Amino acid sequence: MEYSRTELLPGVFLSHLRSDKFKTACMSLTLLTQLRRESASMNALIPYVLRRGTTGYGDMEALSRRMDELYGTAIEPVVRRVGEIQCIGFYGSFPEEDYLPAGERLLPSAVGLMVDMLLSPNTRGGLLLPQYVDSEKEKLLERLRSRINDKRGYSLSRCIEEMCCYEDFAVSRLGSEEEAENINYKKLTRHYRELLQKCPVELFYCGKAEMKQVSAAFREALASLPRGEIDYDLGTDIRMNAVEEQPRYVEERLDVSQGKLVMGFRLGECMEEPDVAAIHVFNNVYGSGSTSKLFMNVREKLSLCYYASSIAYIHKGLLLVASGIEFDKFEAARDEIFTQLEAMRQGEISDEEFIAAKRCVASDLRSLTDSQGELEGFYLAQVLDGLDYGPMELAELVEDVTKEDIVQIARSVECDMIYFLRGLDEEETDDAEP
Amino acid sequence: MQSRDYPNIGEKLYSTVLENGLRLNVVPKAGFSTRYAVFAANYGGAHRRFRLEGETVDTPAGVAHFLEHKMFDLPNGDNALNILSANGADPNAFTSSGVTCYYFQCTEGFEENLRMLLHFVSTPYFTAETVEKEQGIIAQEIMMGEDSPDSAVYYNLMAMLYAHHPVRDKVAGTVESISHITHETLYACHKAFYAPSNMALCVEGDVDPAEIERIAREVLGTSCAPVPEADFGPEESLLPVEPLRRESMEVAAPLFLIGAKLKAEKGGQAAMRQRLLARLALRILCGASSDFYSRLYAQGVLNRNFDYDIDFSAGTGTIIIGGESRLPEQVMQEFSREVEKVRAQGLSEAAFQQAKRATLGSTLRALEDFENVCVSLAIGLFDGYCAFDSMPVLQNISRRECEDFITENLAAERLALSIIQAKAV
Repeated sequence: MEYSRTELLPGVFLSHLRSDKFKTACMSLTLLTQLRRESASMNALIPYVLRRGTTGYGDMEALSRRMDELYGTAIEPVVRRVGEIQCIGFYGSFPEEDYLPAGERLLPSAVGLMVDMLLSPNTRGGLLLPQYVDSEKEKLLERLRSRINDKRGYSLSRCIEEMCCYEDFAVSRLGSEEEAENINYKKLTRHYRELLQKCPVELFYCGKAEMKQVSAAFREALASLPRGEIDYDLGTDIRMNAVEEQPRYVEERLDVSQGKLVMGFRLGECMEEPDVAAIHVFNNVYGSGSTSKLFMNVREKLSLCYYASSIAYIHKGLLLVASGIEFDKFEAARDEIFTQLEAMRQGEISDEEFIAAKRCVASDLRSLTDSQGELEGFYLAQVLDGLDYGPMELAELVEDVTKEDIVQIARSVECDMIYFLRGLDEEETDDAEP
Repeated sequence: MQSRDYPNIGEKLYSTVLENGLRLNVVPKAGFSTRYAVFAANYGGAHRRFRLEGETVDTPAGVAHFLEHKMFDLPNGDNALNILSANGADPNAFTSSGVTCYYFQCTEGFEENLRMLLHFVSTPYFTAETVEKEQGIIAQEIMMGEDSPDSAVYYNLMAMLYAHHPVRDKVAGTVESISHITHETLYACHKAFYAPSNMALCVEGDVDPAEIERIAREVLGTSCAPVPEADFGPEESLLPVEPLRRESMEVAAPLFLIGAKLKAEKGGQAAMRQRLLARLALRILCGASSDFYSRLYAQGVLNRNFDYDIDFSAGTGTIIIGGESRLPEQVMQEFSREVEKVRAQGLSEAAFQQAKRATLGSTLRALEDFENVCVSLAIGLFDGYCAFDSMPVLQNISRRECEDFITENLAAERLALSIIQAKAV
C-alpha cells in the first residue's frame, strides 16, 4: 500500500492509499470543525439533510436508485468526533472495475455523486428544503433521545458529560436535544454555507486507481466549491489533572436490572508528549485486552461483574473503565478497579501480560490494514494529529515499548469521576414505602 | 484438497471432507495480514432434544451457550482464551439458535493458534465447581439481556410466531433453566455434537491449504462418529400464534419488528436459492430504494434504523423487518398495502433489474469481511451449498419468483407485530 497526500484546492486535502487487494474502492469527504455546544447539532444534521436529495436526484428514492444503478455504490453520512474536532461528511464505496462489465468505470460517477451531495443539495430559493430539514431534525432528536436504549453506551457518555462538564468534550458528536430543537431551515442553510467557506476538507481514497485519476475526479467535481478564509485553528483542550482532589461521584437511577459503573480518568502528564504506542499497550494490559488485569481479576477471579474493560480516548487524554455489575457490588468493583491500577503503578506487570499486550496491540494494528473503513478512520486521525505514518509503522513502534513506559503512564493516570447507573427498585430502607 | 476458482468474485476456494467427517473450506488471500479461522458445530440453542444411537435425550434451554462458555477451560487449569490472546490472537465464540462458532483472528503464529483452537474445542473438561461458578456469570448475562429492548422485541416476536419450536426461546436460556445444567449434561452434549462429523472448519487468509488439512487431521484424529438427529417437534403451521404484542420498557422511541414464518427448504442448492430469493424480494419491497421505505422515511414514520433480515436456523425460516417508529401499526398497515399492490400489479421490471444490479456492491462488500465469509461458508457446509455460488444463482432468479415469494409469505394473516413502547410517565 502506498500512501500519499496532496492539497487539491485551498484547504482541500486528498489522502490517497493505493491498494490492489480490495474488491471495492472506498472514499470519504470530511469537513473539519471545532466541536462546540452551540453548533454541534447543526453540524451533525447537515450531512443527513444533504443526503436527502441533490439538484440531479431530488429525493432519497432517486438517490438510492442512482446508487443501485452504479452497481450498489453506497454513500452514507458520517458524523464523528476526534478529540474536540467534529468531523462531518460522507463515506462511500463502490465495486472495483475488475468486477464490472467491460468498459464500466465508476470512479468519476461515484465521486461526482458524493460531491454533489455536498455542493448541490435540493434547494428552493437558495435555501435547504424545510421539509428535509424538519424531518432530519426530528430523526436527530429521536437518535439523541434513544441513546438511553443502550445502557452501556449511555452510561459511558453520561460519565464523559459529567466529567468534562467544563469542556467541549462533554458535547456528544450529535450535539444535544436543546440545541437541535432550535434549528430551522434558514439558520441551517446559513450555517451550511459558512462551513463550505471555512472548513478544511479531508478527502480519502483507497483502491486501485492512481493518485492522478483520483485527484482529477475530485478536482473536477469540487471545481465550484466556494472557499473563503479557511479556519485552520482546530484543536483539543487536553486537561492533565482531575477537577477536584477526590474523584467526583454522580449516580443516576433508571429502571434497569444490572448496574453500570463507569470510572473516568485523565491520562495526565503523559499527554504532554503522548507516546501513542505505549498508551495502547498500557490500556491493553490494564483493561482493553482479553488477558487484561481488569478482565482477569474483576471478572474472572472475583466474579464482581459481567464485563469490565477500559477505553482510551487518546485524542482527549481520557481513559474510561466501564463495568456491568450487580448493584450491591459497587464498592467492591470500584475498589478492585483502583487496586489493579495501583498494581501497575507499582510495576506489577508480568512478562506474559506485557508480551501478550504488545502482541495484541501490534496485531490489531496490522489487521487494520485489511479493512478500508478502519484505514480511513486511522488516517483521518493521523492527519488531525499532523502525523503521516501508517498502522504498520505504529505496530513497529509498539515493539519498542518498555515496561517502564507503561508504569510511567499508570502513574500519570488520575481518576476524576465515578458514575453509577443503578436501579429504581433496589431495596433501600431509607425511602421504602411504609 | 479440491480447488475451484470463482473469477466473478475474485476468490479461490479449497475444500475437502476428512475421514473423520470434518468439512473443511480454505480461502487463500495473498497480501492480507489477517488470518481468520472458525471452527463451527452444527449445534445451537434450538438443539435441545435429539436422538443419538436410538436414544432420545432432552436438555435444558441454554446448554449450547453454556457449553460454549465452558469449552475454553483446559484440563491443566489453563484457559484457551488466555493462551490464544497471549499469543497475539483475538479469539471469541458465539452461539445462535442453529450453530456454535469458535473463532480467532491473528496476524502471526497462525498455525500454532489453529492447533490450539482445534484442541480446546475438541477437549471437554468440566467440573461441578466450574459449572456452578459459570451459572453465576451466565445469570448476569441473562439479566443484562433482560434490560435490552432489542432482545425483548426479538424474542417476543419469535414467541408470537412459533408455537413450540425451540427457536422461540432465548439461546442463553433462563436463570431457572441453566440451574439444571450439570457437568454431566455438558459432557453428553459435547460428545453428541462436537464430533468432527458434525463440525466445519473454515479459514481465510494468507495460508497454505494443505498445511491446514494436515493440522486438522493431526489434532482431530480419524474416527468418524455418528451425527445426532435433532428433534424440533412437530411441524409448525405457517400462521403466527399471536398477531400483536406490546411491552413497555425504558426506551425513548418505540421499537418494532414485523415477522413471518416461511417453509424453509431442507438444504442444498434449493436452500441457497430460497435465501437469495428472500433477500432480493425484500430488497425490492422494502429496501433503501423502495417506494415503501422512501415514503415512510420522508413522512418521518421510519428512520435509518429500519432494516430487514431473513434468518434460517434449525430448520426454520423467519422474515424479520423492523426498527424504530412512533407509529408501528401504521408501518404494518402500509407494509400490507405494499404486499397487496404486488399481488394486484406485480413488481416493476425496472426496480427488479435495478435491485439485482445493486447486489453486486453489497456482495463484494460482504466478501471483504473475513468473519462474514468464513461463517457463511460454514453455514453453507452444514446446509449443503457453497456460499460462493451465490452470484450466478441470483442472476437466475426471476421477477415472477420474487412476486410469488412476497404474495405467499407476507400476506396479512401471516404477519405478527412485536412492539416495545416507552413506559407511560
